[in-house]
Amino acid sequence: MSDNAHAPAAPGAEPSNAHGHAAHDDKFYIRIWGILLVLLVVSVIGPELGIRVVTLITAFGIAIVKAYLVLKNFMHIGVEKKYVAYLLITMVALMVLMVGGVGPDVLRHDGHRWSNVAAKKTVEEGLKAGGGHDAHGGEHKAGEKPAEPAPAH
Amino acid sequence: MSTAAHAEQDHAHGHAHHDEGFIKKYLWSTDHKMIAMQYLFTGMAMALIGGFTVYAFRMQLAFPGMSVPGYGRVTATDYNALVTTHGSVMIFWVAMPVLIAALGNYLIPLMIGCDDMVFPRLNRLSYQLFLISSIVLIASFYVPGGAFGGAWTSYPPLSAKAEYSLTGLGSSMWLLAVALEFAAFLLGGINFVTTVMNSRAPGMKMFDVPIVVWMIIIASILFMASVGPLIAGAVMLLFDQQIGTGFFDPAKGGDPVLWQHLFWFFGHPEVYVVLLPAMGIVAEIITVFSRKKLFAYKTVLYTAIGTGVLSFFVWAHHQFIAGIDPRMANVFSVTTLLISIPVAEMVFVYIGTLYGGSIRLTTPMLWALSFIAEFLLGGVTGIFLGASGSDIYFHDTYFVIAHFHYTFFPIAFIGSFAAITYWFPKMFGKMMNETWGKVHFWGTIISFNFIFIPLFFLGARGDHRRIYDYRHFPDLMKAGMQDMRILATLALLVLLAFQVVFLVNFFYSLFKGAKAPANPWEANTLEWQAPSPPPHGNFPQGLPNVYRGPYEYSHPDRQADWWPQTEPEPTKS
Amino acid sequence: MPTGRLAVWWLIASEIVIFGGVLGSYIMHRLGHPEWANQSVHTNTWAGAFNTFVLLTSSLSAVLAHNAASRGDGKRAAKLLWATIGGGAVFLVVKSFEWTNEIQHGYTITSNTFWSFYYTAAGLHGLHVIAGMIVMMFVAADAAKNKELQRVENAGLYWHFVDLVWIFLFPLLYIAK
Repeated sequence: MSDNAHAPAAPGAEPSNAHGHAAHDDKFYIRIWGILLVLLVVSVIGPELGIRVVTLITAFGIAIVKAYLVLKNFMHIGVEKKYVAYLLITMVALMVLMVGGVGPDVLRHDGHRWSNVAAKKTVEEGLKAGGGHDAHGGEHKAGEKPAEPAPAH
Repeated sequence: MSTAAHAEQDHAHGHAHHDEGFIKKYLWSTDHKMIAMQYLFTGMAMALIGGFTVYAFRMQLAFPGMSVPGYGRVTATDYNALVTTHGSVMIFWVAMPVLIAALGNYLIPLMIGCDDMVFPRLNRLSYQLFLISSIVLIASFYVPGGAFGGAWTSYPPLSAKAEYSLTGLGSSMWLLAVALEFAAFLLGGINFVTTVMNSRAPGMKMFDVPIVVWMIIIASILFMASVGPLIAGAVMLLFDQQIGTGFFDPAKGGDPVLWQHLFWFFGHPEVYVVLLPAMGIVAEIITVFSRKKLFAYKTVLYTAIGTGVLSFFVWAHHQFIAGIDPRMANVFSVTTLLISIPVAEMVFVYIGTLYGGSIRLTTPMLWALSFIAEFLLGGVTGIFLGASGSDIYFHDTYFVIAHFHYTFFPIAFIGSFAAITYWFPKMFGKMMNETWGKVHFWGTIISFNFIFIPLFFLGARGDHRRIYDYRHFPDLMKAGMQDMRILATLALLVLLAFQVVFLVNFFYSLFKGAKAPANPWEANTLEWQAPSPPPHGNFPQGLPNVYRGPYEYSHPDRQADWWPQTEPEPTKS
Repeated sequence: MPTGRLAVWWLIASEIVIFGGVLGSYIMHRLGHPEWANQSVHTNTWAGAFNTFVLLTSSLSAVLAHNAASRGDGKRAAKLLWATIGGGAVFLVVKSFEWTNEIQHGYTITSNTFWSFYYTAAGLHGLHVIAGMIVMMFVAADAAKNKELQRVENAGLYWHFVDLVWIFLFPLLYIAK
C-alpha cells in the first residue's frame, strides 16, 4: 500500500472480508482510477507520434505501470502473503523462459545452417502485398483503412 | 471396449449399501474418498482400453497381416489409431487419474487429518469433467474416419489437416477430450494445493507432512504451471483443424515447430507430474516395510522441488531432430543430463532408507523395490537420448519406446500397484490376498522385462517406431529382428494375462477378503488412525492432533517399532 | 489466508500461463513477421481504448464493492458489483460491433495469421469476461442479502485479473502498428 500506516497488516488473521488493508476510503481508489485513465490517454497518444522508441515506451512501458497499479492497489498484492507475489512472478518468468526457448526457432527464420524458407516467403509476399489482406482481399485496396465501427456509446 | 469399461464400473458399484441412495452416494457424492474411487475405477477401466489397443497393434507387428483374435485384421489406419489411443489413454486417462487424482483425493485429507477437501463440490465437478472427457475420447472411436491417428504428441501438419490425418472429426474430439481432462486436473490441483495449505491437522507443521502428499502437491503445481501453453496451443490447433486458420501452417505465416514447443513445454514437466507421486508412494512404502525413518526427509523434499524446477528447462530434448537450432540443442542436452542428478539422488536416499532396515517383503514392498530397480534402468537409458549427439541416431526408434516404457511402466503401473496393494485395506476395509499378489507381481515384472529389453536391441539396430508392416522394409527384417518382435509380443500376452490375476484378486478381496484392522501395516501416518474404511468425515473420534513427523519407526526409546503421528509425547517425570 | 482467496490466487496463476501461451506465441510471430504491420493498422485503436476505459472503470467499481463488503455493507457491494457486470456487458457490446465491422470488411479469423491471433486472443479474453460476469451475478445476489460477503473480494480479484490481461492485450493488438 502506498501509505506506510498499515503496511505490515497481517492478511489471513481474520478469516473473512475485513483483513486490515481495506482501510482506504473510496476516494483513494477513485484517485488510482484517475491515474490509470491518464496513463491510458498517454498510451494511446504516444504511439500516434510514430517514433518507434516512444511507441514502445508508451505502449508497453505504460502497460506494465498500469498492471503494477492494478495489482498493488486493486488486488492488494502488497499486503498479501509474500508467496502470492512470488507465485505470480514465477508464472510470468516461466512464460519468459518459454519465449526464450522457443524464440530461436519460431521468431527467427534462419540460424546456424538452417533456414525457414516458407516463413521467409510469406514475409516477402506479405510485405509486397502491402496493407491488403492476402487471402480474401478484393474489395480493398492496399492501405485502405476500414471505416470506424459504430461506437456503442 | 466401452462396454467392458461400463461393465467394470457397474461391477465396482455393485456393492452399494442403500442408506443414502445409489446416485447420491456413488455418482453425485462430494466425499473425497468416493471421488477418489470414481477416479480409480475410471482409470482402471481406461487401462483395459489401453491394454486392449496395445494387444491389437503388437499382434500386428509380430504377425503382420493376421486376423487378431478379438479385433480382426488391423489396417494401417487402425494401426495409427490404436497406437495413438494407447499412448494418450495410458498417460492422460490412466497415469494421471490414478496417481494424482485418485490417490491425491484419497490420501490428502486422510494424511493431513481433515474431514474433506476444502472445495468438495469443485472436486465433484473435476471428476465429472474427467468423466465427460473419457466419454468424448471413447466416442471418437466410432465417428466417421475413426479415432485420431496422429500419435499422442499430435504434431501438425499431420494433426492439423483432415486430408493428412484422415480423421477430421476424430482428431478434434481427441483434442477436446484432452482439453477437458486438463480442465478437470486444473480444478483438482487448485483444490489439492489449497487443502494442504489451509486444512492441516493441528500440530502438523510443514515437515510433518508425509512425502507422498508433498509429491502430489509439487506435481499439481508443476501441472498448473506447465499446462497453460498447451491449452492455448490446443485452442489454436482446434481452430486450425475446424476453421482453417494457419497457426501451425508455414504457408499462412504460422510455424509447426511452435506446436512441438508448446506441447513439450507441458509434456516434459508432465513426466515429473506423474513421476513424483509414484516416488512419494515408494517413499511411504519403503519406510513402513523397512521399519526405518526415511533417510533424509528434507533432502527428498528439496530434491523433488529441484527436479520440478529443472523439469521446465529440458523440454526441447524431444525435438533434437525437429529442426531446432543446434545451439539450443547443446543447452538442452546439458540441462537434460543435469536433471538425472536429483532423480538419482532420490533413488540413493531410498536405498539409504533400506540399508540396515528390518525389511518385510510384503506385496506392496515388492512393488516399491521393483519400482526403484526398473525406473533406474529407464533413467539410465535416458542419458543416451538426452545427449543430442546420440539422440540423432536413436530418435524415433524402438530404443525410445523401450526407454520411456521403462520409466512410464514403473510410474503408472508399478507405482499404482504398489499404492493399491498398500492402501487397499484402508480403502475397502479388506485385506488383499498376499500369495496371489506375489504371483501377480512376479508374473508382471518378469514379462515386462521380456517385452522391453528386446526393444532396446531392436532400436539400437535402427528399428523405426512408426512402421505398420516391417515386411516392406528389408533392412529391418534382418536375421533375428522379427524374432525379437515376436518375443516382445508374446511377453506382452503373458503380462496381460497376469493382469487378470490382479483383477480377480482385487474383486475377490473386495467382496470376500479377510476383514482389515485399522492399521494392518503398523504404520505411523494419519490415515491409519482412522477406521478401515474411513466413514464420511474420516475421523469419527474427532480430528487428530499431530505430535511428530510421519516416519518415526524403530525409535530407540520405545518398545513398539512404530510411533503414530497422533500419539502424544509421554509425560516426562 | 482465507481458502477462497487462496484458491483464486492459484486460479490466476494458472490463467497467467494460459494467456502467456497465446501471447508468447503471438509476440514471437509478430516479431518474426514484419508484414503483419500491414494488417494491424486495420484494428480500431479507439474501440480498443474505449474498452480499456470500460474495463478500468469496472475494476474500480469492483474494488469499491470490496471496500463496501469489508464494511459489511452488502447492499452497496451488490450494487457496485452490478455496475461491474454492466461494465463487462458494455465491453462485450463494443467488441461485438467492432468484430462485426472487421468481419464485414473481410478481416476474418482465416484471412491472415495476424487476424487468427487477434480473434483467438481477444476471444479467449472475452470468454473470461463472460465467466467473470456470471460469477459476479451469483456473488451479487448473495451479497444483496448480506451473505458470503468475502466472495465479493474473490470475484473482484478475478475481475482485476481479466482487466490486467486486457491491459496487455490492448497495446499488443491495437497500439503496436
